[in-house]
Amino acid sequence: MSLWEAVLGILGMGAITVITRSFFMIPDREIPLPQWVRDGLRYAPLAALAAVIVPEIVMTQGELIHTWKDARLYATAVGTAYFFWRRGILGTIVSGTAVMLALRVGLGW
Amino acid sequence: MVEGLAALVRHPEFKRGSRDMLGITLGISAWGLVTGVAMVKSGLGVGLSLLMSLVVFAGSSQLASLPLLASGAPLWVLWATAFCVNLRFVIFSAQWRLYFEPLPRAQRLFIGYFAADLNYVAFLKRFPDLKPDPANQLPYFWGGVATNWVAWQAPAIAGILLADTIPTTWGLGFAGVLALLGLSYSLLKDRNTWVSGAVAGCAAVAAYALPLRLNILVAIAAAVAVGLLMEKWLRPPTPAAGGRSA
Repeated sequence: MSLWEAVLGILGMGAITVITRSFFMIPDREIPLPQWVRDGLRYAPLAALAAVIVPEIVMTQGELIHTWKDARLYATAVGTAYFFWRRGILGTIVSGTAVMLALRVGLGW
Repeated sequence: MVEGLAALVRHPEFKRGSRDMLGITLGISAWGLVTGVAMVKSGLGVGLSLLMSLVVFAGSSQLASLPLLASGAPLWVLWATAFCVNLRFVIFSAQWRLYFEPLPRAQRLFIGYFAADLNYVAFLKRFPDLKPDPANQLPYFWGGVATNWVAWQAPAIAGILLADTIPTTWGLGFAGVLALLGLSYSLLKDRNTWVSGAVAGCAAVAAYALPLRLNILVAIAAAVAVGLLMEKWLRPPTPAAGGRSA
């Protein structure tokens, strides 16, 4: 791939960011959405988050993990425990990452 | 123009929007750093990596494009992949429209470009009524964008420039997952959200083999369907037994 082709590809990806993120905001006239769609979309944000996170925690190379010696599981458990104890996102990140680093760097999991 | 910008920044909702994002910035930043490193390590040069980070501004689509750029895939494949990975934003935009409809189109597109996942989640938490209120919503939105953009781009650029000195085996990228995890927990309000969230997680794993991260769309569709079915058949006022027949 030549340099200009890569630049064109990247600029096109930027345009796709604009198009997808504004998709239903692009037309001037309202697109009528049925009420059930409006109700249903309330579940979309959490669903999108869960869909991104869960595979990152329980899968490796497209397969469910087969071992308990995986630092991600313990980092997730500790982060979860922290969240429901204190309800803080920052603490969830810090406590989970601390466990992650300890197990990965310390034990090589 | 400058006065309008100053008024926007001084608005109390700007500060609030900015502050609501602060708790998760550590995770965003860790993820940005890892993405920056990944771009350079994939063989994309420093210049193109900087261009991509500053122009594309969508982590998942950037990561998905790297193997395609490295292998010299045709541009249409690259763009089709970026579009599919971004399809969740198409769904989100249906709700953005309900808030920002009164604004001129150029402004709507400008807003759209900066409307990343976390802005969407924070915004819907702050304004659960799907009604336009530009006087408060615009400052809140741009406050959140200010935090999110800097928290993503600064570490991404650092990652690009320092790619060879940052250890990738430590699993720092997992901080991003933990940030999203905490954010997801904060959205769990009642039984319906718990169940639909769990369904989404399981569906995303079950459909993981689909190309172009379409498993995310499958998961959203499954979660929305389950949520609507529970609203329809499991109304709280009638807790009669056997309501889950379908």
